[in-house]
Amino acid sequence: MQNQRKIRVLIAKPGLDSHDRGAKIIARALRDAGMEVIYTGLKQTPEQIVETALQEDVDVIGLSILSGAHKTLFPMIMELLKQKGLTDVLVVAGGIIPEEDVPEMKKLGIKGIFGPGTRTNEIIQYIFENIPKRT
Amino acid sequence: MSDNEKINEIAKERERWEKTTLPKWMGQCPERKSEFRNHSGTLIKRVYTPEDVNDLDYMRDLGFPGEYPFTRGVHATMHRGRLWTMRQFSGYGTAEQTNQRFKYLLKEGETGLSIAFDYPSIRGYDSDHPFSKGEVGICGVAVSSLKDMEVLFNGITLDKVTTSMTINGPAAMLLAMYIAVGNKQGVPREKLGGTTQNDVLKEFFAQKLIIFPPKPSIKLVTDIVEYCTKHVPRWNPISISGYHIREAGGNAVQELAFTLYDGITYVESCLERGMKVDEFAPRLSFFFAAHNDLFEEIAKFRAARRIWAKTMKERFHAKNPRSMWMRMHVQTAGFTLTAQQPLNNITRVTIQALSAVLAGTQSLHTNSFDEALALPSEEAVRIALRTQQIIAYESGVTNTIDPLAGSYYVENLTNEMEKSTMEYFRKLDDMGGAIPAIEKGFFQKEIADSSYEYQKEVDEKRRILVGVNDYTTEEKQPIKVLRVDPKVEEEQVASLHKLKRERDNKKVNEMLEKLHYTAEKDENLMPTIIDAVKAYATIGEICDVLREIYGEFKELIVI
Repeated sequence: MQNQRKIRVLIAKPGLDSHDRGAKIIARALRDAGMEVIYTGLKQTPEQIVETALQEDVDVIGLSILSGAHKTLFPMIMELLKQKGLTDVLVVAGGIIPEEDVPEMKKLGIKGIFGPGTRTNEIIQYIFENIPKRT
Repeated sequence: MSDNEKINEIAKERERWEKTTLPKWMGQCPERKSEFRNHSGTLIKRVYTPEDVNDLDYMRDLGFPGEYPFTRGVHATMHRGRLWTMRQFSGYGTAEQTNQRFKYLLKEGETGLSIAFDYPSIRGYDSDHPFSKGEVGICGVAVSSLKDMEVLFNGITLDKVTTSMTINGPAAMLLAMYIAVGNKQGVPREKLGGTTQNDVLKEFFAQKLIIFPPKPSIKLVTDIVEYCTKHVPRWNPISISGYHIREAGGNAVQELAFTLYDGITYVESCLERGMKVDEFAPRLSFFFAAHNDLFEEIAKFRAARRIWAKTMKERFHAKNPRSMWMRMHVQTAGFTLTAQQPLNNITRVTIQALSAVLAGTQSLHTNSFDEALALPSEEAVRIALRTQQIIAYESGVTNTIDPLAGSYYVENLTNEMEKSTMEYFRKLDDMGGAIPAIEKGFFQKEIADSSYEYQKEVDEKRRILVGVNDYTTEEKQPIKVLRVDPKVEEEQVASLHKLKRERDNKKVNEMLEKLHYTAEKDENLMPTIIDAVKAYATIGEICDVLREIYGEFKELIVI
């Protein structure tokens, strides 16, 4: 039997903002949906996030940011992931990301972007459907 | 008929009504839900009667405005005398841009200032720190040194306004800068009026923007209280805050109980320092959120005043009535704003603001309708301010004091709020106080559970949010949101580097060494910090000295 291991997700808060209500709800909802969730707390640097993703061998990274610094920090994170060879990790993001920034974020390789008001089920379903197959 | 006989009579009539009139209607027009609950989960009855306030003693529990237990308001004339301060939390970009926004708001009729600092300033980093990348001036105004503060108040005289500063970790530095600006304008510190949030306890479990560990953090808070008590008598040195507890996911009861318990902890810390309760307690102020459930919020504010008055009198033996006053600032709850159909937020804000006014707030911030998307545009913030002005001048709700008093429902809710709060107080006392409770993750877990429950209600449509999980539309309301120019960071960093080149660096180093020495000796740091900021030492430099001595707070992660 393949793929018996639980889906492993890193929920990460890059940047200096402390709005963790959403990140914690998502962490709990994904856990309740049967995933293995690693939440590392606030103020994570791009280096810390990528290092944790590598160490924890995650399938998914969920980035939560509400400070407006996504345009600076997301490119740094995506670049570091590439350098470490973590190109098959599914990266999704949530928080306050203005619609006009979404195309730019998607171009970086962030697949799903979930704004305020998203139901947790929508995110769970998205992950199940888009998770990279492990070989 | 005695009171008891009257109540028995009403109870009998209610039972009759429940057997005769009600069933007919329940058949024709059944209730929409099997049970009705407010945000705190309290079961709400179909109808409230004198039975539900049977134990209410008017003079003991309500009294008159301006008199103990202050349930009806801290002043005898309340909004008939002076309206609340209309104080819009505001700040973005450079100090110059925010100075323009301040002047705009004052011109439009705002009556007090409130500074929103950017994340680097809040976390004690200069604009050129690696952590600050991408964050400078984005969520608030960038203030690294006294230079920025001077620009921020250019053309605004500090004895003509009061200013609230949402700042906690570096509260001492920002207050020092404000005093220094006053000094330069010729306004003595005795004449400065305003507030520093300076409530570190809720940082550890709610807002989580803190620099130092609990012990030194509380020491700094106490330093500020002590210094202001002696030298800045019109300053509110702490704004004990429930707003962030609510925003982090707590319910109304948790907001009330945890905030007031934090208040108790500060009082204890000041008493341990050797201050007398009636010296400092009159300047303690509070800050709450106003959420959507109108009556629950009104009950919360009224209960807050009564519990605080009783606590100060009974637990701390205060004699001065002012020590028992709970003066509050209220902000409408940012969390309730929706990104979908953003104009609907104007209605939400109106209802929330109304609760604060009906419950007798001293100061109010109304959120702008576009704040689920970005910092507010000038148009949005004007509408938010106009909302307050319409309530103040057109609605008539300010004509009498505490108009909801005597409502069976509101009085019953107020009593229930008080009971639940006292239960939390007992639990927290048993845990050994606020800090052990933080270390155990008690507050964090309580808040996380309420937050998750709320989200489940929304996801499962047990709670309707208009425009989000019902009454949705594909059509977009095009609104123009404010974007901070990324050039702000470059400009701010350049001006900071210029300052660091041009100031008297020898003096700065001396001041920082003196700070190091004072901090190690455990003296009150305020005078030294004031000297340091006057020499243009930056927030980052001052915080670095203190980080070296005190260490940094490490978040206890509770999901």
